Order: sequence, then C-alpha cells, then structure tokens
Amino acid sequence: MPKNKDIKKVMVIGSGPIIIGQAAEFDYAGTQACKALKEEGISVVLVNSNPATIMTDENMADRVYIEPLTVEALESIIDSERPDGILPTLGGQTGLNLAMELDEAGVLKRFGVKLLGTSLEAIKKAEDRESFRDLMNEINEPIPRSEIVSTVEDGVAFANEAGYPVIVRPAYTLGGTGGGIARNEEELRNVIHTGIMFSRIGQVLVEQSVAGWKEIEYEVMRDANDTCIIICNMENIDPVGIHTGDSIVVAPSQTLTDNEYHMLRKSALKIIKSLKIEGGCNVQYALNPESEEYIVIEVNPRVSRSSALASKAAGYPIAKIAAKIAIGLHLHEIENSVTKSTKAAFEPVLDYVVVKIPKWPFDKFDYADRKLGTQMKATGEVMAIDRSFESALLKAVISLEGNVVSMRKEYLQRMSDDQLISFLDNVDDERIFVIFEALRRNISIEEIQRKTKIDKWFLKKFENITATEKELMENPLDRELLTKAERFGFSDREIELLTGESHAVIDAIRRAHRIYPVYKMVDTCAGEFESYTPYYYSTYETEDENQISKREKIIVVGSGPIRIGQGIEFDYCSVHAVWAIQKLGYESIIINNNPETVSTDFDTADKLYFEPLFIEDVYNVVRKETPKGVIVQFGGQTSINLASKLMERGVQILGTSVNSIDAAEDRKRFDRLLEELEICRPKGFGIVSIQEAVDAANVIGYPVLVRPSYVIGGRAMQVVYEEEELLKYLNEAAAISLEHPILIDEYIEGIEVEVDAISDGKNVLIPGVMEHIERTGVHSGDSISVYPPQNISDPEKEMILSYTEKISRALNVKGILNIQFVLKNGIPYVIEVNPRASRTVPIISKVTGIPMIDMAVRVILGENLSDLGWGIGIYQEIDFVAVKAPVFSFQKLLNVDSALTPEMKSTGEVLGVDRSYGHALAKAFIASGNKFEKPGKVLFSLNDRDKEEGCRVAEGFISAGCTVLGTSKTAEFLKEKGLKVESVEGKNLDEIKAMLKSKEISVIVNTPTIGKDPLRQGFQIRSYCQSLGTPCFTSLDTATAYLEAWKEVNKVQKLEYKTISDYRSI
Amino acid sequence: MRAYLQLENGMIFEGKAFGKVQDISGEVVFNTGMTGYQELMTDPSYYGQIVVMTYPLIGNYGINLEDFESDGPKIRALIVREKSNSPSNFRCEMDLDSYLKYSGVTGLEGIDTRALTKIIRDRGTMRGLITGRMLTDSELRNRLSEYDNSRAVYEVTTPEAYTVEGNGKHVAVMDFGIKNNIIRSFKEKNCKVTVFPATASWEEVLEADPDGIFLSNGPGDPQDYKDIIENVRVLIEKKPTIGICLGHQLIALALGGNTEKLKFGHRGCNHPVKDLKMDRVFITSQNHGYVVSEVPDCMEITHVSMNDDSVEGLRHVNKPVMSVQFHPEASPGPSDSDYIFESFIEILEEVGQDA
Repeated sequence: MPKNKDIKKVMVIGSGPIIIGQAAEFDYAGTQACKALKEEGISVVLVNSNPATIMTDENMADRVYIEPLTVEALESIIDSERPDGILPTLGGQTGLNLAMELDEAGVLKRFGVKLLGTSLEAIKKAEDRESFRDLMNEINEPIPRSEIVSTVEDGVAFANEAGYPVIVRPAYTLGGTGGGIARNEEELRNVIHTGIMFSRIGQVLVEQSVAGWKEIEYEVMRDANDTCIIICNMENIDPVGIHTGDSIVVAPSQTLTDNEYHMLRKSALKIIKSLKIEGGCNVQYALNPESEEYIVIEVNPRVSRSSALASKAAGYPIAKIAAKIAIGLHLHEIENSVTKSTKAAFEPVLDYVVVKIPKWPFDKFDYADRKLGTQMKATGEVMAIDRSFESALLKAVISLEGNVVSMRKEYLQRMSDDQLISFLDNVDDERIFVIFEALRRNISIEEIQRKTKIDKWFLKKFENITATEKELMENPLDRELLTKAERFGFSDREIELLTGESHAVIDAIRRAHRIYPVYKMVDTCAGEFESYTPYYYSTYETEDENQISKREKIIVVGSGPIRIGQGIEFDYCSVHAVWAIQKLGYESIIINNNPETVSTDFDTADKLYFEPLFIEDVYNVVRKETPKGVIVQFGGQTSINLASKLMERGVQILGTSVNSIDAAEDRKRFDRLLEELEICRPKGFGIVSIQEAVDAANVIGYPVLVRPSYVIGGRAMQVVYEEEELLKYLNEAAAISLEHPILIDEYIEGIEVEVDAISDGKNVLIPGVMEHIERTGVHSGDSISVYPPQNISDPEKEMILSYTEKISRALNVKGILNIQFVLKNGIPYVIEVNPRASRTVPIISKVTGIPMIDMAVRVILGENLSDLGWGIGIYQEIDFVAVKAPVFSFQKLLNVDSALTPEMKSTGEVLGVDRSYGHALAKAFIASGNKFEKPGKVLFSLNDRDKEEGCRVAEGFISAGCTVLGTSKTAEFLKEKGLKVESVEGKNLDEIKAMLKSKEISVIVNTPTIGKDPLRQGFQIRSYCQSLGTPCFTSLDTATAYLEAWKEVNKVQKLEYKTISDYRSI
Repeated sequence: MRAYLQLENGMIFEGKAFGKVQDISGEVVFNTGMTGYQELMTDPSYYGQIVVMTYPLIGNYGINLEDFESDGPKIRALIVREKSNSPSNFRCEMDLDSYLKYSGVTGLEGIDTRALTKIIRDRGTMRGLITGRMLTDSELRNRLSEYDNSRAVYEVTTPEAYTVEGNGKHVAVMDFGIKNNIIRSFKEKNCKVTVFPATASWEEVLEADPDGIFLSNGPGDPQDYKDIIENVRVLIEKKPTIGICLGHQLIALALGGNTEKLKFGHRGCNHPVKDLKMDRVFITSQNHGYVVSEVPDCMEITHVSMNDDSVEGLRHVNKPVMSVQFHPEASPGPSDSDYIFESFIEILEEVGQDA
C-alpha cells in the first residue's frame, strides 16, 4: 500500500536530555525519522528539549520546538500546529511515555491526532507486565515464572515460593531503573521498594532468575501488511544477569546452531505479529546453554539502543524504515539505500563480526559502585568491526580510550592467583580484563566458565589472544607472527611492548612483506550484490575494496563514545563539519566508532570509516586517503589529543596549528602567553611534590582549586579550603597521574562566563557570551548558563572580546575556540582556553542562527571571517533568552555525590527558551526534571561558609510562601538572624526520608561540608532526593534561580511554547 | 598444509587445507547463510559443488548428530575464512575439521572469502580446483574439463523405494536428492510418504496409489534429465503435484517452459520472495543455480524474487499443480514459508473430496 495520503503533517517527539539508558541513539533515530518523513513530502514538527542534538537543527524539521517534554508543552504545541499524526516510537521511553500520557489526557482525541506506527494498544501490551504475560501465554511463548506486585509483601511471598535469586523489573522505565537481582529477602525488600517508586504505575515484576543463560536479542521489523523481517540478532557475551546496555555484545550470534537461531527468530516473528507492531521492535531472550529451552525476557515496541547498534552493525537503517512504515509504506515498497537495486524487505547478512563494548563512567567516578546488574550504568558505547572476533574485540577495547591498548592491566598482573580467581566473581566493568589475566595464569577455561558462565567459545577466543601475546613475547618477530598479531587486532604499540622490538623494526617487516590493513565494505548482503555504501572497516585480508576517489578530501576525526564531559554535542559539531566540507566541494570523510550517533550513519559523510580513534588506525586511513588535511577541532578532547601524533607522522592538521594547541594546553606556555598579552588569570602553579603544593597554596592563599593536568570534564578537580583538605586530596589524586603535575590555582569567586568564538587569526566573531548562574567552583558543564547574559556590563563584554581577540591572534587560531572567564570586580580572568569546539556550540548556533561550525570550516579552509556575512566582534544579542540546564543520571550511579563541584557529573542538558529570562529559566528547570510544586516545606542544611548567604535565600523562600526547615545548626543560625524556621533536630535520617517521600518536604537546599562520603547524612539525603526527583540544590545560586523562576511561573496561567525561529522573529 | 584454489579464469587464492587433504575440482558457489553449515554440507542439492561460506567464522557450534539433511556431506569441498577449532554447543559431537576428515571432504581455510564471493558475483559461477600443488594453465584446463555433474541426481537419489508411515494423505516423493526436512515436514502434517528413486517410472509411482506427488529438490541442470521430465509430464496429468527447487524446474520444463542458468545463483537464508496473491513478502531459504526463464502457457506465476524479479513459484491454471523455487522446509534458514506445505495438503484434501 502506498503511503497514507491523509497524513501531511507529523509531530515527532524526541527523547530529551541524554541520561544513562537513553543517549545519542535517539538523536540518530530521530534525525533519520525526520529525514525519512521529509523525503516523503511530509511536514515535520519536532519537539525535543535537548539542544545538543542534530535533530533539533532548524533544517531537520519544518518546525523545531526546543521546549520541555511535558504534556502541557506538547498539548500547547499540538494546539497551534494541528499535526495529522504523531510518531512516538522513535523518542525512546520518554517519547513513548509522553504519547501515552497525551492519549490518557485525551489530547490526541481532542485534536484529532492519529498515532502513527505501532498502536498504543500494542505498546501497552508490550510494556504492561501483566498484559504482556497474558499475551505470551496466549501465543504459547515461554516466559519466566513471575508475579506482578505493587507491595513489598506480595513480592516476598512470591519469592519464598519461587526461590531466590529473583529479578525485579519495574514497569515503564528505561535502562532498568530501579530494578535488580535479589538473592535474599533483605535485598528483595530494598529492590521492590525502589522499583515501585520508579515505576510510573507503581508496579514491579518479580520473576524467576535465569541468570547464567545465554542472552540473545533480535531486532525485528514489521509493516502493516504483516511482512516481518529480522535485521540482526545479537549475542551478549555476558550471560543473563547484566543489563544488555552494560554487556559486551557481538553480532551476529556466534554460538547458536541454525536450529537455535531460527527457533528464536520464529518466536520473535510470532511476537511482533501478535503485537501488530508497525515499525521496529526488539525482543530479548534467555537461552538455556544446556538445552533448547528458552524464555522471552522482554519486548521493546520501539527503536532502542539495540536497534541503533543493529542498524550500524548490519547497515540497515531501522529508524528510517520504521518512520516510513509508520506513514503506511510497506517494506517491499521502500528502497534498500545500500544496494539501491533491492528493496527494504530482506534480511541483512554480515560477513564480518561486530563487537560492542559499553563505556562506563567509572574512570571518572572511581569511587562509584562498579558492580553491573540489571540496572544500566554505561553512558555510551563503542563498536568495532572485523573479519575475526579477536580483532573486533581488541579494536573495541582500544576504542574505549581508557588508555588501554591491550587486554593487559598492570594491577591485575600484580595479583596472586587466588586473588585473581576470587576477582572472577566480581561482575563489574573490569571482569573481562580479569578473565584475560586468569587465562595468562593458565587457569582453566572450564573454571572460568563455571564462575562467569561465559560461553567457552568466547573464552577460547580470548585465549587465542593471550596465546598470541605469549608468542610475541617468546618468539622472534617475523612475517608470519606479525601477520597473525595484526589479524588478531594487536596494536603496533602492544606488539612493541610485547616483543621489545622498536617501531622501526616492526615497520621494516611490515614494509618488506606489505602487511597493511585493507578496507572492506559494510553492504548488508555479504557481497552478493554490488553496493554503494561508503561504509568501511579495516581488516588484514587480501583484497582492498576501498575506492579512493580523485577528489580533494578532508578527514574529520569524531569524538568516540558518549561519556561525561564529552557528549553528543561533539557529534553535532562533527556532523556539521562534514556538511560544511561537502558544501565547499570537498569529499568529506569521517572516522568514528560510536554506533549511537548521526556521524556514523553511512549517509552523513561521503565516506565513513568505523575505526578506533587510536593514532595507528587513524593514520592508516590517512595514509590510504592522502587527504588535503585532517580536522581535529570538532571531536572534543579525543580528536585534539591526536593532533600532535598525526603531525609527527607528517599529516597536515587543518585549522589551528598543533603548536598553538599545545600552547593553549601546556600550563607553562599558556601562562607565559597570557603574561605577554597582559591578560589576567588566576594565580597558579604546577607542582610535583606535596611540599611544593603546600607552599604554593600558601603563596596563593586559600581557597585554592586543585586538579591534575590534561583532563576532560574537570575530572578530580576540587576546591580546597584548608591545608588538611589539600593534603588529603594530594594523597588520593597523586595516584591518578604521576607523569603529569598537579595544578594549584587561585580560586576566584565570581561570575563564570564562557565564549565560543570563530577566528581566522586576524578577526574574531563571538556569536554570544554565556553567563553561568552558579559562581566559580561548579564545572561549566554542570552549571546553568544563560544567553544573553543578564549581569554583564558592556565594558566587561568589550574586555572579553578584546581578550578573545588577543588570544586568538597570538595563537593564530583558525577555526573555533572556547574561552572560560571568571568576572570579578569588572575584570575578566581567563580560566581556560580550549582550541576546539565546545559543549555550548550547538546551543549558541541554534539560538543565534549563526552557522558556527560551517563558518569555522570555511575559515579553516582559508576564507576570511569578514567575508562570511556575519560580521566580526560580538554579534548583536537576541531579544529572547536561552537557558541551558544540566541533567544528571545519579539514579543509576550509586555512591556518586550529587553535589555540584568542579568535577563534571551531568550526562546531558536541556534548553529553556522564552521571551523573558524568568520563563526561560523556568522552562530549563522543568525540562531538566525539577518540578515547581505548590509552596511547601523547604529544608535547609548549610555548611558554615554558606550560612550567611543562605540566610537571604531562606528569606526568599519564606516570602514566596514556603515554610523553611533547617537542620540543627542551620536552623539555629537562621533563627538568630530572625527568620521563622522549624528545626528538624531530633529527627533521624529515616524520618527525614519519610517527609521527602510523602512530599511534605518539596525542596532541599543543601550545601555540603565535605561531599563524596556516602556515609554522611547530607550525602544520603541528596541521593534520596535524586531517586524521588525532588529538587535538591547544592549551590545557593541554583536555589536562588529556582526561586526566581518559581515566582515568574506563578505569575502566569500557562507558559507559551514557540519555535526558535518564532522567538527570533518576534 | 598450504593449498590453493585455482579458478577456471586463472585466479588463484592461497589458504590452508583441512578435512581430507586431496586435489578436488567442482563448481564454486557461495552461500550467505550465517548459520547452517551442517545442513548445507549434507544437502544433496550441493552435490558436485565447492561451497564458499561468506560468513567468516564457520564451525562455531561444531557438528551434531541430528542436523543432517542426508546421510553425509554432499559438497565437494568447503571454503571458509576461519574454521573453528574449539566449537561450543551442548549438542556438539565433533569439530568441523574432524567431520570433514571422517567423511572425506576437503576444506580450505584462510581465504579472503569476501573477495572470492565478489569474483563469483561479478563473473558468474565457475569451476575451480583445490590443490596442494599449483597446476599450469593447461593442466588446470584439462583437469576442470573433466568435471561433469550431469548425472548428479542419480548419484544422490535413494537406491530403492521406501515408505514412512502416517495416517494422513499419501504423498509419493520423487527423490532427486531430497533433504530430510522435507520428509519431516510431510510427517509433521501426518502424511504417509513413499519415497521413490529418481529412476522410478510413472507406472511404478502410480501403482502405490498416492494422493499426490512431490518432486524434490536436487542438484544439477534440470535439462540434463530428459527421462525424468518425461515421467513428470505424465505424473502431473494424473495426480496433484508439488515441486520444490529442481522439482519446480522439472515441472516447468515438462509443461513446455524453459530454464536457464543464473549468473551466480541464489544461495542463502535471507531471500525475500513475494507471494503475489497475498501481496506479502516472505524470507526464504534458497539454493539454486538454475531458474525458470520461460513460464509454460498453462502456468501462472505465484511468487517472485524481490532481489532479481526471477520466478519463485508457479501454479497450473486448471490443474492441482504447484511449485516453488525456494525451500519452505528451511534447514538451514527460516520457515516463514512453511504454509506452502499446508496449501499442498489442502489441495490434496480438496481433490480427495471431489473424487
């Protein structure tokens, strides 16, 4: 059937800010959907609160609303846009839940909006535990024994009958929030309690555990005509028990016989047919490794992280096809854009192996609970492709950028055998390295299999790697051994370390025998049909099918996996760079390894290389393509870190020179530069010993800011108020990085200001100055920032511009740069210069309408800034206000303190846009999950430094009609100041928690004394607020802003919602 | 041991021999299935062929005692990127290498199978030789010209007729190289099955008084089997008939249609076929090098390939005769098109009622 002609305008709901469990994959899905709909001539209305995404670009949809994802906002937008249909299955769980809420609230019916694709009925059937269970029983598909409960007691009763362990799964949550495995009654009571809290409908499923079975996933598609196909199946190397988002996954399945593969495939088709899904769907299975018994674990009636992975693994764009199915097209009517000669109704076949490894935030939060279970903790993932499993695995590990180029870890090598064996029981992110070390110690595969339940096939493959390590250590390196090591994916660096040979020797053997990687195409059909996808991976094989064009080429290095401090915004920048390069008539080539993103969509760049962003792999591509140059300033710290290594190999880095990058990043050189330019900066020293640190701090005067040099996202950065604290920090941080000094800086308390500027080395354009709400001491990624600034004078702006110009000229910056200032007494002090694109580029680009990356690319390629039509200096400020607010994932990361510090913790961000500052601020709070309740009780708990100022904040809450509560000392202090305050003295932690749970306390203002200590009461209260979604502010500035927004919201009946271009044209 | 694949166009691939190490020639074809190597090796339709697996890791789950499609391997040789030396599956009885050694089949590993596949795709199916000593061009030509697969059906058919009991309809199966799962499929539908050798005459078959005739899959060029085509012509006059794969091609030839060789065949588990009546696409398992190129006047097309629009299914306009090019019995591959068997049984039942 051709497409439904009644559908002319469609609303697409995005997934909102990046949080653990819902990341960049939905930008990829949403972007594809918008493109697919536009291709069919449909007008697209997009709503998403996440400004860092490609999908919220003005050219992605006809109407782009960067507004909070709430029923109120969507209702208002539906009212003004009157779409014919709504597409909810591409915006993750957020989109799905919202669609259901809109339906329940009668909005869809009232405005005659048709729900496109999978029906709500089907969604409910798949998502509601009970109806899902009924359906499975009806169609005879096996599911684990289970019971749906809404009280702890019912759950315990079931578990007593079924036996422990049991798994608890809350209804309607993503990434398994609030779920977990319980081994005994005590654990069960805890898990059910939190699970019920997290479930939208207060239900959890308690089910029999099949931990240890193989975990297999199928990505299935169906059209309204009942044609069903499998896109890809995947096997989790980690068996059932670890969330699939936290598992190492391989595609296609490796250990399933044809019988087993098709038994599960048949089941998946049966399920998708019975649910009548129109679009994509993911079915997860547990398969008993000792029989052909299986159970259906879960069905996701929407595109998901797994479908993004499957799309990249198989070369089949699931989200795009799902969008076309949603508007009525059938699979056999849709073109296969890879082969261009066949149709979308087929099943891709792979002639390579794909390995995905999650990227966890534990390198950043080394104090977090690293245990992996049914609740997802990874922030992102990497994917690698090769013709052998060993190499795909090693490439994926290298792609993680954990400073690991191999499967060897020093601290494990120092362990005794017994200790190591006991470590095999720890199910955490390091387990794979433990297994490798165990194999090196000749601990038998049987024993490892017994402990880990990982299939022997995988363990044997791991052993192939350790055996090759041994060969490299013991035998002379020759052609055969080098070829073998390369085929297994060993990096040159690792071969050097293991053989003790120099790079020159390896290179000599390589050149003599021509041992170089070739590139093969991902073509969905294993070579059966001629294909045109410019999507390549490297491998050591005979034939190179990489077609090198004669055009002039530019390579963009991507930003790798999404992690805290380096998120989706760098993918935004990379994609825009690619587009700009294409527009200028060059061939654009991207190298990246993140399967979730738009940049790794095969039709984004002219050519995509799916490779680790490791110097050797990147250089191999450069060697092959011989581009005009490589651009590294858009891929965050990942790509910037490659600049000097590429230059050493004779590669032309386009834009700001490597020398200038170094001058900005090297502490000493940078200090000298600012001195020459007569620009103020906080006093600071780089120190290498404890005594030096103490001396330095005394010279500067406390408080001081301490941090290791060369870091992303302010890792381990801290404000230190006294010597004792400094010593404690040094003892802990010294272990983090020995080769780099520790930096100690003057802590200047003032307004933080940030600019992104485009420079051609002579002139500078600052599209906008952003002001942070929280004063210095809170990482810029975690602070709320405002554009245009509300508290910065014109002379201050002039100084900021002049400093930016001076620095850009001195460094001869070509392209983009980011400078962070602190303003105190009218003087801007430079805190940091990043010679690359920053987190705020997408925001400023969208709000001002200035195509920043496009301009940067033009400048990099030689155009003059002044010719580009946007002027120079500070661009004229807009007439509306944009407020960026951070979003955190503390619910998933136990033991991570939610208090704001110089160390970045947020995983994503939202943008609030409105005509007035107050409303923009309010929208930012709402979109980031901070509700505005009716005036209730506000609990204050302040550290000594903040008591004086906190007093004024408390006063504000009282005058807004709130009752202020205080912990004993805080209450005492506030009373002394004459405020009406109730003390919670004498109440224990549980009693306070109860007040929070019952919503008696609706806001908490808590500035921590020490922080990071999970045993302290403040920490526990903060964590509890996170799990309840109760606003909890650890900076007085945030609390003040919240209060201000609250007052503004109360003045109006409803907020108004508009597209950015509407705001701009007001 | 080092070994070579020498193709008739002169191209050479170097790899390592496994299984039974010997010089062997055959027609080189590729299969895109990611699983199912055991079923495929024992599928008689592959008789005389050297099969290249496009998926690089083969043998991961070993060989078990249940998933055979006939009494042993029928392929000439198997070519893989990497064979698994440490298979893992609870049903696994031996590894691929041991199985090939035991059954006298040659293997070749370490080949850039993607490169090889693309050559076959671009230049068409060709003959090849696996050898430990590289042959000169003229030696190779002589050796490859000896290759003859024109009597393949007679090599793989059952030597004698046999019966599998059942309570339902009685199906007479012409065994041109039948896969076990076809018989299993009929058994599942409660049919009684009598299997006849390819050499059986139509008189012998009708003597058993079957309700319907099944013409099986099998190896080779359908036009090589003139006698069989004659037999088929009579059988379809007398009884409801269904043909699969070679059986389908034989029906078309018997009714005045024509067949031709495909450039590189359809071999894999992911072939989309559209059922024209239902207007729906099914993913099918396929294995054929020849195709019906001219449809007989008395037949209409019921199924087409979504990949190349070739004929995938036919039906007689006024007789209970139907045929499909693909394999509804799966093994290896998907069983989405299992309904073909059901339709045939339905036809048998309808005809039975009319009679």
